[in-house]
Amino acid sequence: MRLAYYPGCTLKTKARNLGEPAIAALDVLGFELEEIRKWNCCGAVYSLADDDLIHQVAPVRNLIRVKEQGKNEVVTLCSFCLNTLKRANLLMKEDAEKRNTLNMFMDEEVDYGGEVKVLHLLEVLRDEIGWEALGQKIKLPLRNLKLAPYYGCTLLRPRETAIDSVENPTILHKFLEALGATPVDFPESTRCCGSYQIISNPDNNSGYAWDILSSALSHGAEALVLTCPLCDYNLGQGQKELVKKHDGFRGMPLFYFTQLLALALELDPQVCHFELNQGSPESLLWEKNLLP
Amino acid sequence: MSVRKKNKNPAETMVKEEREASKGRLIPVHVMGKRYEVPEGLTLMKAMEYAGYKFIRGCGCRGGTCGACGTVYRRPGDYRLQVALACQKTIEPDMHIAQIPFFPANRALYEFADLTSAPEEVFRLYPELFRCVACNACTKACPQGIEVMDAVSALKQGNIAEAAQLGFECIQCGLCTSRCFGELVQYHMFQLARRICGARIIPRAEHVAEMIKVITEGRYEDILGKLKHMSEEELIKLYQKREGEPVTAGEDWRPKDKTYL
Repeated sequence: MRLAYYPGCTLKTKARNLGEPAIAALDVLGFELEEIRKWNCCGAVYSLADDDLIHQVAPVRNLIRVKEQGKNEVVTLCSFCLNTLKRANLLMKEDAEKRNTLNMFMDEEVDYGGEVKVLHLLEVLRDEIGWEALGQKIKLPLRNLKLAPYYGCTLLRPRETAIDSVENPTILHKFLEALGATPVDFPESTRCCGSYQIISNPDNNSGYAWDILSSALSHGAEALVLTCPLCDYNLGQGQKELVKKHDGFRGMPLFYFTQLLALALELDPQVCHFELNQGSPESLLWEKNLLP
Repeated sequence: MSVRKKNKNPAETMVKEEREASKGRLIPVHVMGKRYEVPEGLTLMKAMEYAGYKFIRGCGCRGGTCGACGTVYRRPGDYRLQVALACQKTIEPDMHIAQIPFFPANRALYEFADLTSAPEEVFRLYPELFRCVACNACTKACPQGIEVMDAVSALKQGNIAEAAQLGFECIQCGLCTSRCFGELVQYHMFQLARRICGARIIPRAEHVAEMIKVITEGRYEDILGKLKHMSEEELIKLYQKREGEPVTAGEDWRPKDKTYL
């Protein structure tokens, strides 16, 4: 089965360790992620200003690309891209006046009215394959690996575009169970990582990171599982400082969920690009005999 | 840019033939807001010269390749701004035209020898890249028909080779930049991409080094020495005698005399 795929800019540069294992894993599972042609940056942050329509142009243009290439669904991996595309899509579907203004502004494009469905890869795994079927395809179960699923904000908020229950999400938990790992529930799993606040306020951000990492640790997790490059940056980049600041904290490995999927399918570990992860997450995998 | 100077303008004589060819049919055009009647069939550049403007800047090759004569115009009854190269576009009745021969855009300074092929080089030198909102005004403003916004997207995605390819036919006229909402400098960024692509991404042409070696070893010294001392007459004779490649020659055509190949 072929799925239209929107990678997003970060997956092409800093977060190749999120995108490339997904493409390889999906291939094994019988899905081809077909990159849409002529896509542009999604805009990264959904503009909340009511009269700021120019910042809706970028995400909507991508949805038009999907439509014009004959697809009615598009899959993405980055939480920010998902959020921006999904919310812009909702705006085009529900707000006739803004839809009209945007369509008139993009007079070189076909008219768009929210026809395309935006999906996260986790939704594809859940709804197209199913957790049980996925579990049966696993070749190297991630046994004895205690992993804290970290959702962050943009997969689950706002409610209208959430991929799972806003209050009590389980999608990442079930994914990890299907891979044979032990998901570790912890109260900070849907807390914000600090997002773009790190740019203007780098110090304040380490507070968020510490709360999340220490909470996961104290609940017995050996590593954190992420879906978002910005979470990776905020929770990973600050760890060196946190190690200095907090006695006994030796850092916590971070994995993208797609790296774990590729690992459990016994794909060549090179596809996971662990060298792009913060710290050295391989040590934990060696310890558990999950990496040769 | 152009200096207005009525009468005795060399341009008057330059367009004389066109004037006769049009049999005196004059059409109205508005140059920077002033109405002139000029013979139909002229290019925007010749029309401006006919009207008395003399170009000391904003005019280069007159062949559509140098990018010096970027021009904006509008047709009556259409709110949209159109773009063209003044030397290429033919005038239409009642069009409003103004040349934008130079745009004072930000241009990054760099020591090329220090640059790698990493996407971050472009991000660092042109951080305004990330101000793009995908409005597509740049693409609409390109007289070369380049997919400017797609090339900008390629740079954001770290694909310098793709940006260099898409922006290959850029003539640096700057019209994209003049229309950019995010104040990006597309044409300078594409030039940087082409430089990085050419020097760091495209594989080296090894045969060039071999050829340079052959040349430095003196293979052509004799013949060049002879040519240097020939008279103009002898050179002309030699040139006319040369074996030319026939128009119908296929790819495998070779000259009979292969001494210097």
